[in-house]
Amino acid sequence: MEVRAGSRLKSAVCNTEVIAVKAPGEDMDVRCGGVPMLDPSDTAEEGDTPDASASDGTQMGKRYVDSDETIELLCTKPGDGSLGIGDALLTIKESKPLPASD
Amino acid sequence: MMLLEMASSAFGERIAIGSRSGSGMTYQDLFERSGRASNYFRQNTLKNVSFLDTSSPALPIALFGSAWAGLPFVPLNYRLADDEIQALANGITPALTIVSKESLSVLEDSDGIQVAERNFFLSMTDEGEVPEADWNMDPDEIAILLFTSGTTGAPKAAVLRQSHLVSYILGSVEFMGAAEEEATLVSVPPYHVAGMAAMCSSVYAGRRIVQLPNFDADDWIDLVIEEQITHAMVVPTMLARIVERLEEQPTQEIMSLKALSYGGGKMPRPVIEKALELLPETNFVNAYGLTETSSTIAVLGPEDHRVAYESSDPDIRQRLASAGKPLPTLEVSIRDENGNEVEEGVSGEIWVRGEQVSGEYLGHGSRLTTDGWFPTNDGGSLDADGYLFVEGRIDDIIIRGGENISPGEIEDALLQHPNIRDAAAVGMPDTQWGEIIVALVVPSDAGVFSESEIKEFMREHLRSSRTPDKIIALDDLPYNETGKLLRRVLKEGLVNQGNSGE
Repeated sequence: MEVRAGSRLKSAVCNTEVIAVKAPGEDMDVRCGGVPMLDPSDTAEEGDTPDASASDGTQMGKRYVDSDETIELLCTKPGDGSLGIGDALLTIKESKPLPASD
Repeated sequence: MMLLEMASSAFGERIAIGSRSGSGMTYQDLFERSGRASNYFRQNTLKNVSFLDTSSPALPIALFGSAWAGLPFVPLNYRLADDEIQALANGITPALTIVSKESLSVLEDSDGIQVAERNFFLSMTDEGEVPEADWNMDPDEIAILLFTSGTTGAPKAAVLRQSHLVSYILGSVEFMGAAEEEATLVSVPPYHVAGMAAMCSSVYAGRRIVQLPNFDADDWIDLVIEEQITHAMVVPTMLARIVERLEEQPTQEIMSLKALSYGGGKMPRPVIEKALELLPETNFVNAYGLTETSSTIAVLGPEDHRVAYESSDPDIRQRLASAGKPLPTLEVSIRDENGNEVEEGVSGEIWVRGEQVSGEYLGHGSRLTTDGWFPTNDGGSLDADGYLFVEGRIDDIIIRGGENISPGEIEDALLQHPNIRDAAAVGMPDTQWGEIIVALVVPSDAGVFSESEIKEFMREHLRSSRTPDKIIALDDLPYNETGKLLRRVLKEGLVNQGNSGE
C-alpha cells in the first residue's frame, strides 16, 4: 500500500498501530508480525497471530526505521508483532531527546 | 491530538495538569474533556478557536479540543489594549473565544466573535458524550496561530501546522520520558510560543503541568516547594527576580527543582552565573527559538552550563552567553546581507532550515527562501565549536522582559507630545530586563524639556511596559539618504557614551 507521512497502519495479527512520520510516498510492503499491515478502517481476520520470526513486539512511542531511514514509523499502540518492510525487520531509532526545555 | 491520545492510552491515570494533592486532571480526563470541547466547537460555524485569558486547565482543553475539531487555536495577548485585541480578533472571525470575567467585555460585542467564559466552558466539559477519535490526521492542517510583532505595522499571525509541531515534539521529546513524580511549572503566558510548546511536550512526556497564571517570584518559589516541582520554564526577567529572592531568603526546600529552562530573550550573564551559584544541583537549559520555528532551535544544555561556569578559559566561559548548539534535526547558517554564508566567528543574520520551521504568516505567505531557509531577523554568529551566539534583532525590535516591543509604536506616542518634534526609541542592554527602552527626542523648545513630565505623558498614552525607561534630549536624529531613521547609529552613540564613563 502507498505510505506517506501521516499514513496510519494497523497490524493484521496483533494490536500494533503505527503512523508514518517519514515515508517515500510510494507503495511499500509494510508488515507487522510478518503479515502486511492494514488501513485502520479494514477489519483484521480473527485469530491470526504474528509469525514467530517477527514477534519481538512493538513499544508505544518508539520510532522504527529501515536501514537507510527512508521510512520511520511511530508506534501509537503497542502489540506483539515486529514491524518490517518485506522480510527485513525495522529497528528502533535512537532517541536523542533534548534536556527538557519546555 | 495524536500526542494526547497516546498519552491517555499509555498513562491515562497520571495527572496531566494541576495539583498532586488530588484535585488534578488526569490524561484520560483531559482527553475526554477535549472530546467534549470539540463537540461544542463543532456545534457552531467557526473558523478558529481563540483564547483571551491567563493560564488555567481551560487552556489545554481548548487547545486539544480545537485540534480534535480541526480548527486552528489562537491564543491572544490579554495585556494588549482593547482596540488592539479587537483588531486581532477581527482577522480570525468567525471565532469562539474563551475569556475570563475580566476580559469578557473586550470582545463580547465584536462581530463574528462568540465568547465563552472560562468556568462555563470548563463545566461544559464535565459531562457529555465523547466523540469518536475522528480528528483529521492531515499534517498540513493549521494547529496554532500566534500573533507576533514586527518593527512597524500590525502584528502578523505566524502559522504553525500540525507537521511543524509534531516534528518538533517527536524530535525533542521522548514519549513517556518523564517519571511519574515529575512536574513542570509553566509561568509563561498562553500567547507565547513557549507556553504552547510546553503543553505539547509535557503531555507527550507524561510530565504533570502546574500553571502559575500571574508571575510573582514569591508565589513561584512557594509553588515549587508545595508541588515538588522538578522542571520549570521561565523568561530571563523572571529568573532575575527569583534569584534576587533566593539571595534574600535562601531555602533548601527548592531543591526538588532538577531542571530550569529559560528563553524568550537575552539572559544577562550575571543572572545565570548567580543562578548557577545558588542552585548547584539544578540543570540549566537555555532554549533559543522563535514563534515561527515552533519554539526551540538551539539549546545550551546543563553540561554546557557547568563546563562554562567552571572554566577559567574566557572563550569557554563566554558560552554562558550563547544559545548553545542547534538541534540535530535542523540546520543553522549565518548569512550576510546578500544571503551568502559568512565565516566562523563572523556576525550576520541567523538563518534556519528544518521540518519544524514554518516561516509562514496568515495572509502574508511564506518568508522561506526558495530552498527552504527562514531568515530569523536575529543577528548572531557561530563559533568554531558550533555554539550559536545571538546578538539581538537586526530590525530594531526591542525585547524587554521577554516581550517584543515595536519602536515605531513608542515613537508615534512620543510624537503626540506637544513639545516633541522628532523621536526615536531603541533598546539598551539591561541586567534586569534584558533590554530597556531609551527614547531619544528632539524637543521643540529645549528649555521646557522635562524627562519626568514626558514619562507621565507616555504612561497615559501607552501601557506601562512600553513607557520609555529613559528619555534623552538631542538636537536632531540621524537619517540616511532615503529618509530612514538610523536607530542603529543612536544605539552605538549611547553605547560609546556609556563606555567613555559619562
